[in-house]
Amino acid sequence: MDATIAFLEGKARALRRKIVREIGWGKKGHLGGSCSAADLVTALYFGKMRIDPRNPGWPDRDRFLLSKGHGALVQYAALAELGFFPEAELDRVKTLGSILQGHPDRKLCPGIEANTGSLGHGLSIACGIAAGLRLDGRKSKVYVLVGDGEQSEGQIWEAAMAAKAFKLDNLVAILDRNRLQAMGPIVERFDSNPHADKWAAFGWRVIEIDGHDMRQIVGALDAADQGGPTVIVANTVKGKGIAFAENNPAFHNGVMTKEQYEQALAALAA
Amino acid sequence: MAVQNLSEVYGRTLVALGAENPNVVALEADLGKSTMSCLFEAAYPQRHFEMSIAEQNMASFAAGLALTGKIAFINSFAVFATGRAYDQIRTSIGIPGLNVTVVGTCAGLSDFGDGSTHQAIEDVAIMRAIPGMTVIEPCDGPEMAAAVRAAAAHPGPVYLRVHRADWPDVTPSDRAFVIGQPYVLRQGSDAVVFAAGAMVHRALEAAETLTGEGIALRVVNVPTLKPVKDADLRALTEGVRAIVTAEEHTINGGLGSVVCLALRGDGRPVECVAIQDVWGQSAASYGDLVGHYRLTAGDIAEAVRIALRKA
Repeated sequence: MDATIAFLEGKARALRRKIVREIGWGKKGHLGGSCSAADLVTALYFGKMRIDPRNPGWPDRDRFLLSKGHGALVQYAALAELGFFPEAELDRVKTLGSILQGHPDRKLCPGIEANTGSLGHGLSIACGIAAGLRLDGRKSKVYVLVGDGEQSEGQIWEAAMAAKAFKLDNLVAILDRNRLQAMGPIVERFDSNPHADKWAAFGWRVIEIDGHDMRQIVGALDAADQGGPTVIVANTVKGKGIAFAENNPAFHNGVMTKEQYEQALAALAA
Repeated sequence: MAVQNLSEVYGRTLVALGAENPNVVALEADLGKSTMSCLFEAAYPQRHFEMSIAEQNMASFAAGLALTGKIAFINSFAVFATGRAYDQIRTSIGIPGLNVTVVGTCAGLSDFGDGSTHQAIEDVAIMRAIPGMTVIEPCDGPEMAAAVRAAAAHPGPVYLRVHRADWPDVTPSDRAFVIGQPYVLRQGSDAVVFAAGAMVHRALEAAETLTGEGIALRVVNVPTLKPVKDADLRALTEGVRAIVTAEEHTINGGLGSVVCLALRGDGRPVECVAIQDVWGQSAASYGDLVGHYRLTAGDIAEAVRIALRKA
């Protein structure tokens, strides 16, 4: 177990390095929300999920959807690390003709399951995939990462009711609760707290964890196998692992200076 | 000549498709007895999803089903199917180009009693604006049945516009439906009217009226409002002196726009019979609305006369 946790923590550091590299310096990028989700995404791609980078369309694979599509950089980092596409693509993020769009595009990028970016869609798409997999008798699980700012979208709650109504026990939602939306703290806007109570009231099984404690993440993902739909409320820090970006709304979609870029990479050195 | 309700034909065809292909699924937003998806629900309860009154989730959920290889039909009134779920159709379904058919029933003014909130007069325009979206408006039972099958076989998204009223069969029995093909339903050499859906029937009636005045009106049915090739539309105007379009839809972004764009620079007069830039309203009968918004066979005939005078 300790070796597994250490392996995953190493991978999470590697993903954060890749996120910083994808953005570069002097350019805008969704650093905060990518880094808050990095440990969660790592535990899924490098631990929990059954996937095959050489066969992205394997019908029995587990699925991961990034409903908070603006966090694409962390998913691209994971897919590159796994070899879904050459790592050099990471240097072409958001450039003309790149497979790595500002938000995930399944037609362009191997390993992307759904087009997300308009907030609130991903959970519904995940529900549909879960229902389709069940119709086909497949045992695959569907994981979907949602943001806490995204909880303001009414469609999230439409999907929450649908998942309960259709008893989608192959569906796991992970709430990246980093407490900041684009323009500032969630509690100062539409306060979507208390998350756990809301999801429980909608009939979901709720597991609440520290979203940066790899041991807790792995435990929660395993616990989520015991029926559902399950939501893992993961308490996270926006910008986690990048000192100047932590809890800093400016880095929702911010620009690093050359000094900050180098400082971030040095702090994340292997 | 059989008179058929287009929603019923849709519902029956979906059941037949379901028997042939286990991947066909239907989603419904609590209007199953209007959309007639209730027939599919009765036949294939495992493949029918009652999505309650939540059209946005329904559209994205259908995208998810399509991502597992299902051929999804989502059902609601045309206003809600296209308008309430626009962003979901655009992003969840449209950008990845998934095999989802958006079925909008009670299109145009056909839901006469419910008023402007329920009358879809801009649905074609907003669906046509989505890159890669196919838009089909069948005019009768045989065309509806063929369109449903074509939509299922088409790999990308389709908007199927369904009129609530009953209509007589006018499609020639040897006519094979192909997405994107307008065709001549009645020959004529003086003027041509391009019509879709319910307006096809009024155009045929107008042609009959004008015959008595010595005007030969060609009637072209345009069941596919996108894609449709400019060259095909231009070819169908060969030999005529004037052009008219007829649609039960706002003048902005529907068939009139399609034809005018295709004929840009042509020089011959074009008149458009359509709902102007106004909302619908409740009425005691469908006919009252058709008259009020100047969509009758008489209005089409008058548009032809005006266009010919300008020629």
